[in-house]
Amino acid sequence: MVDNSVVVEMRNISIEFPGVKALDGVDLTLRAGEIHSLLGENGAGKSTLIKALTGVYAIDGGTINVAGATRTFHGTADAQDAGVAPVYQEINLLPNLSVGENVMLGHEVRGKFGINWKATHEKARTYLKELGLDVDPRSLLASHSIAVQQLVAISRAVVIDCRLLVLDEPTSSLDRSEVDQLFAVMRRLRGRNVAILFVSHFLDQVYEISDTMTILRNGKLEGEYPINALNKKQLIEKMLGRELAELDSISRAATRKIDRTGEPILKVLALGRKGAIEPVDLDVFDGEVLGLAGLLGSGRTELARIIYGADHADHGAIQVRGEHVRFAKPRQAIDHRIAFSSEDRRAEGAIADLTVAENIVLGVQAKRGWIRRVGSAQQDQLIAQYMESLGIRPNNPNALLSTLSGGNQQKVLLARWLATAPQLLILDEPTRGIDVGAKAEIQRLVVDLAESGIGVIFISSELDEVMRLAQRIVVLRDHRKIGELKNSAKTGVDDIVAMIAKEGAA
Amino acid sequence: MNAKTTAPLTAATSAAPASWRRAVVNHPSWFPVVASALLLILLFAGAQVKFGSFVTPGVLSSLFVDNAYLIILACGMTLVIITGGIDLSVGAVMAFSGIIAANLLQNGVNPTLVIPLMLINGALFGLMIGVLVQYFNVQPFIASLAGMFLARGLAHVFAPRQIAVNNAAVLSLNNHKFRFGDWYFTGTVIIALVIVLITAWLLARTRLGRTVYAIGGSESSAKLMGLPVARTKVLVYVISGTCAGIAGLVFTAYASSGYSLHGVGTELDTIAAVVIGGTLLTGGSGYIFGSLLGVLVYGVIKTVINFAGADQAWTRISVGVLLLAFVVVQRAIVARASRR
Amino acid sequence: MTSWLKNLMKKRIMWPVGALVVLILVNVLYRPSFLKITVLDGRFYGSLMDILRNSAPLMLVSLGMCLVIATRGIDLSVGSQMAISGAVALTIISHSPTPNSLATVLGAIGVGVLITLLFGIWNGFLVALLGIQPIIATLVLWLAGRGIALLITGGFITTINSAPYKTIAQGNVLGFPVEFLIGLAAIIVVVLLVRRTALGVLTEAIGINPAASRLAGVRSRGIIWSLYGLSGLLAGVAGILYSSNIMAADSNAAGNGIELDAILAVVLGGTSLAGGKFTLGGTVVGVFIIQTLASTVTFLGVPSANVSVFKAAVVIVVVVSQAPMVRNWFGRQFRSSKTASPTATPVAMERTAA
Repeated sequence: MVDNSVVVEMRNISIEFPGVKALDGVDLTLRAGEIHSLLGENGAGKSTLIKALTGVYAIDGGTINVAGATRTFHGTADAQDAGVAPVYQEINLLPNLSVGENVMLGHEVRGKFGINWKATHEKARTYLKELGLDVDPRSLLASHSIAVQQLVAISRAVVIDCRLLVLDEPTSSLDRSEVDQLFAVMRRLRGRNVAILFVSHFLDQVYEISDTMTILRNGKLEGEYPINALNKKQLIEKMLGRELAELDSISRAATRKIDRTGEPILKVLALGRKGAIEPVDLDVFDGEVLGLAGLLGSGRTELARIIYGADHADHGAIQVRGEHVRFAKPRQAIDHRIAFSSEDRRAEGAIADLTVAENIVLGVQAKRGWIRRVGSAQQDQLIAQYMESLGIRPNNPNALLSTLSGGNQQKVLLARWLATAPQLLILDEPTRGIDVGAKAEIQRLVVDLAESGIGVIFISSELDEVMRLAQRIVVLRDHRKIGELKNSAKTGVDDIVAMIAKEGAA
Repeated sequence: MNAKTTAPLTAATSAAPASWRRAVVNHPSWFPVVASALLLILLFAGAQVKFGSFVTPGVLSSLFVDNAYLIILACGMTLVIITGGIDLSVGAVMAFSGIIAANLLQNGVNPTLVIPLMLINGALFGLMIGVLVQYFNVQPFIASLAGMFLARGLAHVFAPRQIAVNNAAVLSLNNHKFRFGDWYFTGTVIIALVIVLITAWLLARTRLGRTVYAIGGSESSAKLMGLPVARTKVLVYVISGTCAGIAGLVFTAYASSGYSLHGVGTELDTIAAVVIGGTLLTGGSGYIFGSLLGVLVYGVIKTVINFAGADQAWTRISVGVLLLAFVVVQRAIVARASRR
Repeated sequence: MTSWLKNLMKKRIMWPVGALVVLILVNVLYRPSFLKITVLDGRFYGSLMDILRNSAPLMLVSLGMCLVIATRGIDLSVGSQMAISGAVALTIISHSPTPNSLATVLGAIGVGVLITLLFGIWNGFLVALLGIQPIIATLVLWLAGRGIALLITGGFITTINSAPYKTIAQGNVLGFPVEFLIGLAAIIVVVLLVRRTALGVLTEAIGINPAASRLAGVRSRGIIWSLYGLSGLLAGVAGILYSSNIMAADSNAAGNGIELDAILAVVLGGTSLAGGKFTLGGTVVGVFIIQTLASTVTFLGVPSANVSVFKAAVVIVVVVSQAPMVRNWFGRQFRSSKTASPTATPVAMERTAA
């Protein structure tokens, strides 16, 4: 009994940030009883569109119609009143309160003496049960896994009787069985005539669950299609546009010969940490790019952080050029000329309010300690050298880092590390969230660095990228190393996918 | 934040724990309150052993009478701290309210008019701080610091010298003792306990109270959940200011005077008591009952040092050491929890 | 408006400097002698000299506070530390058989300052190593410190007679008050320490983004730790100045409330309490604003205790003028162009891109 009436219609939406047009005349139509996927590369405008839909951002142009009436959202409360319920990627619940309260907050059952907790928790329990979630509503939210928290957030949306459920990357930290449970819940809600907007970078999941898709590219609408109208290859082309060709221009460095007869730069023996990554062996040789492949949450970032000493290993050993070492903190790794660029550029890389110059010199300066300041002449030389060789724009060392684009910020952070003359560079998602041109530049840089003799551990969720750059690839799944393959002209993305899929079936 | 465990989708605590263990897992925020209660009992026991007759109705009664104003301030402060804020103005607002009262009473104004004026005065200071915090993005520390300077200065402008209060009705709040055998309590104690009950009810059983916890847990989440964050944030400062106004009344009755230097440093005493009572300064966790215990711990230490005839300097030192012990333990608990 | 003036207006430090200039103008208007400096017996006298001299203790404390705040911290214990160093130094001198010997005085000062340095390191230990919130970690010593000072002096106000000690606050060198010169020396030493080494930029990095700084290999703990130590040391010297002024160790009054004045000076100077970027120059100006304000108010015949009303007014004006809401409003008044998306900020932008 699906009526397919239009729940929310966004027409010609434009949003501008200082200097950037984040959305330019985008349409989005969401119907009752339909799961609608919103697709696009990083920076295509997905998050901005969702924030406009949920009232976080005000729109600069266009209209939003809810059930036929034009609405202006002055804040999230307005959107919620209109029946739009968001579940964000980073779960926006309150870890310090109980599960039941998180579900019912603002809608508690009230009695003579204020909130009736017993009835409130009972009601929460029934809502949770409806979604097939058997948790004690009195338990603390923080004591549950991300997956449970996600479902709690959806239960909350059901409580406020939403007409449109917005799910922004809900599956990024879930394992397969958890995804299945989420999908079951989504189907149940679809059966109840709820419109669902689903955003995910897992294309298989998009095909598995959705009915319709809208594709964005560079802040513009690419089109709306029924799910069966495009196959995966066509979809990717629509998402990437001309960009695919540009990326392919990078020579396939993967087949380069590496001399593995000597002592490796880094040798990791059964290195692991409970709950993060099971014991892993790997080694990296001079001039080699070692790829770490695996889905988000497979343990690749965790492994990198342990190697670098950002997190403590509780198992295993590390050798640098044959010498046994223990890294309790990043500085010890740095002292062995190992550098690590975090996947979370904003939180763990960029010092936004310092200048480009200060950010570049920071690594060298930190290594020397605060007393011996890097001399002005040496600073100028370092800054000029790296701004030139990495093509950092704008070419102004005194600009604040925060004013640079994502790609240029990433280059500054690379410059910070290169200035310390590392022998091993660990790059965790160095191309995430930056435009395609900068992406190609950074990939080329990785190739150049490796050819100059530096060892690189390269982590990326884009398998194409890993295949293009790495000579050997370690494949991870469910916090385990499930295999290692030598890259050659014959190997392709499918081999890795097959490896991960095969393990998954077992 | 959250440990990325792949726990089964049913409750993470599905190992069927004993009910007391479940209580601990589900309510870790009560743990410091229990610790505070144990400490209080320990203090009483220790003092009893040392002095022979410490835990007597007389001592216990005076504990409440002497600290009634601090209990009231702590109630308001608890709300503010749970939202993740802080209110440094309470001591000064208390003194200023006292000055206004003493001034007006001296001029023969009826207490039934004076008392509401004290409360309104406190509420206005709270409103000013709340508006600065919420609408002008001023850090609570600075906004309430401004409130403190303003209240202290105005108090001094109004009355550079101590003003005696002779109004019988106001004085009787503290002087008239309701006796039950050796126990006694005063009007000020009743006021304090009523405030405790009201604020505890507010926190536990109203949407306002739950929004207070929500803001402390994550302000952005609370906003995204559609809770009235702005209104609530202003309101907690208004409540804290009103509590300071009420404390002004109680303190005026207690000191039988108004003076611009009354309660200097009380704001930090209050914060110390609230923290000893188990409220996290980072917000999101804490109880009025805990703050009451915190004030009592503070009071008992003062009394013990009096009993021992030691220098009052020891009060501050021991409260400082206690505060330290509490935050170190809290820190250890938080660190352990995040490691799991 | 010419472009250099526009650039000048953009600098944060212009606001406090402007406020100070306005204050001085008000003074000049009401008492023309304000700027006058007379020379008598080879010494400089005048209201300005008084302000310079009296600002020294607050200057010392504020410099330390500024650096601590830059690390996202705060040091509430500075007032108590002042009481401790004064109590220690004066107790030593008063028990010494030779209170007038330079060696005794220097030794006493050394011990007093050393002890506050240790207390500062203690604060740093709580913050940097145990990870306790700075406001609470230093509240401990705020509470206990004055008690410790009272115990040292045995609960009394210790007074002394010592010529060398008296010189600190009341002597002159080259016509300038020694106290002022000590404050000046502290400014120079701290600025050199921070800007000639990499301490400043590393401190800012820690304050802006602690996680990124750690991953970049910055020794955050050591730096935070030493800055609390420095704050303690400076507070110790300030305590010596205070006790030398009154030639007594008054553990209750010494540095009472100075922590709040120091925080005020730092914030007035344009350093955010949220940490990160700091300006020592701004802090110095902030100290002078507070001191000039106090002098003005006293001159106007208002009792000094009422100064806090004016302080409150200044704080409110400054913080409100810095509030995003007010800035946007002014921006709209002076710009006819269409405003950017009202809720979108560059930070939000970055988040969408990620």
